[in-house]
Amino acid sequence: MALFLTKRLALGILTLWAVSVLVFTGTELLPGDVATAILGQGATPETVAALRDQMGLDRPALERYFAWIGNMIQGDMGQSVASGRSIGSIMQDRVYNTFLLAGVTALVSVPLALLLGIVSVIYPEGVLDRSISMSSLVLISLPEYFTGVALILGFAVTWHLFPAVVYSSQFTSFWQTMRSLTLPVITLTVAILAHMVRMTRAAILDVLRSAYVEMALLKGVPKGRIILRHALPNALSPVINVVAINLGYLVSGVVLVEAIFSYPGLGRLLTDSVANRDIPLVQAVAMVFCVVYVLLNLIADILVMMTNPRLRAKK
Amino acid sequence: MKSQSGQVANYSRGKGNKARFRRARPTLNLTAKIGIAILAANLLTVAIGPLFAPHSPNDIISDLVFAQPGEVGLLGTDGLGRDLFSRMLYGARTTIGLSFIATVIGFVIGMALGFTAAEAGGWLDDTISRVVDIMISFPPMLLALIVIAGLGSSMVVLVCTVGITHASRVARVSRAIAMEIAINEFVEVARARGESLLSILRREIWPNSIRPLTAEFGLRYTYSILFLSGLSFLGLGIQPPAADWGMMVKENLAGMYYGAWAALLPAAAISVITVGINLIVDWLGAQTGKQISPEMLK
Repeated sequence: MALFLTKRLALGILTLWAVSVLVFTGTELLPGDVATAILGQGATPETVAALRDQMGLDRPALERYFAWIGNMIQGDMGQSVASGRSIGSIMQDRVYNTFLLAGVTALVSVPLALLLGIVSVIYPEGVLDRSISMSSLVLISLPEYFTGVALILGFAVTWHLFPAVVYSSQFTSFWQTMRSLTLPVITLTVAILAHMVRMTRAAILDVLRSAYVEMALLKGVPKGRIILRHALPNALSPVINVVAINLGYLVSGVVLVEAIFSYPGLGRLLTDSVANRDIPLVQAVAMVFCVVYVLLNLIADILVMMTNPRLRAKK
Repeated sequence: MKSQSGQVANYSRGKGNKARFRRARPTLNLTAKIGIAILAANLLTVAIGPLFAPHSPNDIISDLVFAQPGEVGLLGTDGLGRDLFSRMLYGARTTIGLSFIATVIGFVIGMALGFTAAEAGGWLDDTISRVVDIMISFPPMLLALIVIAGLGSSMVVLVCTVGITHASRVARVSRAIAMEIAINEFVEVARARGESLLSILRREIWPNSIRPLTAEFGLRYTYSILFLSGLSFLGLGIQPPAADWGMMVKENLAGMYYGAWAALLPAAAISVITVGINLIVDWLGAQTGKQISPEMLK
């Protein structure tokens, strides 16, 4: 188990390193010069030279990469080109806001998805199963902005129940915060819930097709017990993976949902900085997202190992 | 990939002698028919829709902005007073067409990598698999945003980026499918005959992988549509003057506060086509699964 953990950690660090190279080269792919691209065609040579000097663009790419990643590890993310403020201070509140949004979504959607997934396998192909599966198929296909726009039209414009636009200043009390979060959280939940339900159902059904379940049936074990005691524990590892994938999807989801509700989080910061071509800010936000994504997968793998006795026993 | 093994076996396990050489052609259920009808209607719109557009997508036809359906034009106007109906028809071409190209790019690259990895094995397999692992550990939306930050959002950049994010995932799936096929005797016979790698891939692996890959293609296609229009919605995808459904949602978002449905319409159109494709994919998937014990159905 220690060996597995070490290996998995090493793989995680390797992935993070590869991701950092990708983030860096991706933003440096630009033919020509980043400084010219940021300032546009009309910039004077002096301003371009000044920005190039400020960003250290006259140094070779490899040297800049190591300087960048070195500072990043120490927590110094550099300065935004557009505003000149330090990236750390820009991100502070937004990291909290985004984690609040993603966290509440996870708390709502994961238990709900597991419940619906388990309920739908009690009578496979039955009325309940079919209706859950049909509605999840439709929900899976809805883009975030459709759900978001429909919710805003219904609950914010027609009935003034929830705010359509979220500001940090609305986060005054717990209930006020939850009220502001309601529509974004529902939108995100719709985006990830259906996939989790379908995969949970598929994972349990896959186990139900196995020989030992048939054996249990022949022995006369009641069905509820088969699902909860025989099938569910063995379906856990695929389910954990699915949950991890979908929480990872929140990374993409928040970018869209924050745009719909003008939510002051990391996703909108990323979109804005891409639109402004604020390269250092893009790199920093992208790295934060990637670290979370890689960590989620790491945690999922460790959990999978802990739920699997065969892996757990290997010392 | 358990479900695939059952499917591969099905091809050789025909009922009669005649059936043995014919692929079982399962009947379409109602939902699959609905899906096919939706897809066909959308493809028709892509092909000939603009012929029926009363206006050019960028013509300002009225002083009334966010006009309700029927007031001006068939579906009303957008925030600049342009005809929404015409823009929807032209937008279909961008949204559905570009996503298709992106998916095809992803499949060509992904299948080439996956099949080669599965059949060649050895260091080539290891290298391809590791590269694919790293690509997959990168959220697609982030990859796209980073590339757009670097290269700007031209149509070529967008389509290639979305294609490449698909390629890694397609490579993984097609490698798994090809592995299942490659263990069959007929592939072994082909190898013993001394056929080249290319010939084995083309004549043995490819024909047997079409069915499972078709379902994957449908799934990837809906992702492409959602992904590309999502980027357009963020204002980082397709750029004006081209019309795109995702972009139209963004443009008309402000109209919502006046109760205008202009933003909902293109969003609903995207939802309809993705639902349609998913209905077909779901039906395709149901054809390949193993059977559950009938006792469990009670």
